[in-house]
Amino acid sequence: MKFFLPLALFFVLIIFLALGLRHDPSEIPSPLIDKAAPAFALPVLSDTGETFKSQDMKGKVWLLNAWASWCIACQEDHRALLALARTRLVPIYGLNYKDEPRDAMAWLDSLGNPYTLNVSDLDGRVGIDYGIYAVPETFLIDRNGVIRYKQIGPITEDALQNKIIPLVKELQK
Amino acid sequence: MRRAAVLFVMLLILLPVVVSTKEAQPLAEDPVLEVRLMALAEKLRCLVCQNETLAASHAPLAIDLRQQMREQMKAGRTDQEIISFLTDRWGDFVLFSPPVKLTTYLLWFGPFVLLAAGIVVQFVYIRRRRARVKDQPLSDAEQKRVESLLSDGASS
Repeated sequence: MKFFLPLALFFVLIIFLALGLRHDPSEIPSPLIDKAAPAFALPVLSDTGETFKSQDMKGKVWLLNAWASWCIACQEDHRALLALARTRLVPIYGLNYKDEPRDAMAWLDSLGNPYTLNVSDLDGRVGIDYGIYAVPETFLIDRNGVIRYKQIGPITEDALQNKIIPLVKELQK
Repeated sequence: MRRAAVLFVMLLILLPVVVSTKEAQPLAEDPVLEVRLMALAEKLRCLVCQNETLAASHAPLAIDLRQQMREQMKAGRTDQEIISFLTDRWGDFVLFSPPVKLTTYLLWFGPFVLLAAGIVVQFVYIRRRRARVKDQPLSDAEQKRVESLLSDGASS
């Protein structure tokens, strides 16, 4: 009995520490989940000078992927996006975050283009509205324009197969 | 000649002080507002380098956010409104001092609960121990030995 209590406390402590190890402190849970995606109107990444409005996506399930050509982790993310684009399951829109449009277009030319369309967020204002703090980040937005899921960092195979694809299918029903 | 050489070396040492450029001041046309901005940014966490304040961080996002805060202050927004602007996007995580609410009660009051529990445990332990320990007066022989030992120590 004399040893039982300290030992029990010790194990409780171990459990808490073990749980703490499983948390990634760089992943900040977004308060925007299940809230309306912030509306934006941004120039399309091309030479045509068109504007894309996020409201035009009402009625569609879509992915908004924030990326930049200067971002190394985005290359890993890009491979997952190319794989997802091949399934033609869900349109992927790119938010080219604080990037040089010319660099971004060259990046897409050399690595492939999984995006339906890209917009340029030159000063990062829209990024701030979406609470982006480290590209790549990906938002899954439903028919009513509500953010349903956020991937912080590159889309992993696990996240793609077990979270994003099932959720897209469910939202498209 | 030698003196000139020494002087030259000293000037060389001082060179970085003269050449070092000051960090570009971002639009500090209103010093009062800048003080208010920095005071508020001190309390906020930089999302990129998480243990730095928004005031101290040089991350591009921190610079952008300070610029937004500056514009909002110019537009007449209160500190509270600016804080909500940030917590709407990143949650309470941006606050170095989390608000007192149901989910943070354990965080805020847990240490005091632990302290109180410790005091109670210690109090009970001392009471019980005191009840068990009985005063045992020294025998005459022991008393003498103590005295001789003490006087020994005093004389040496």
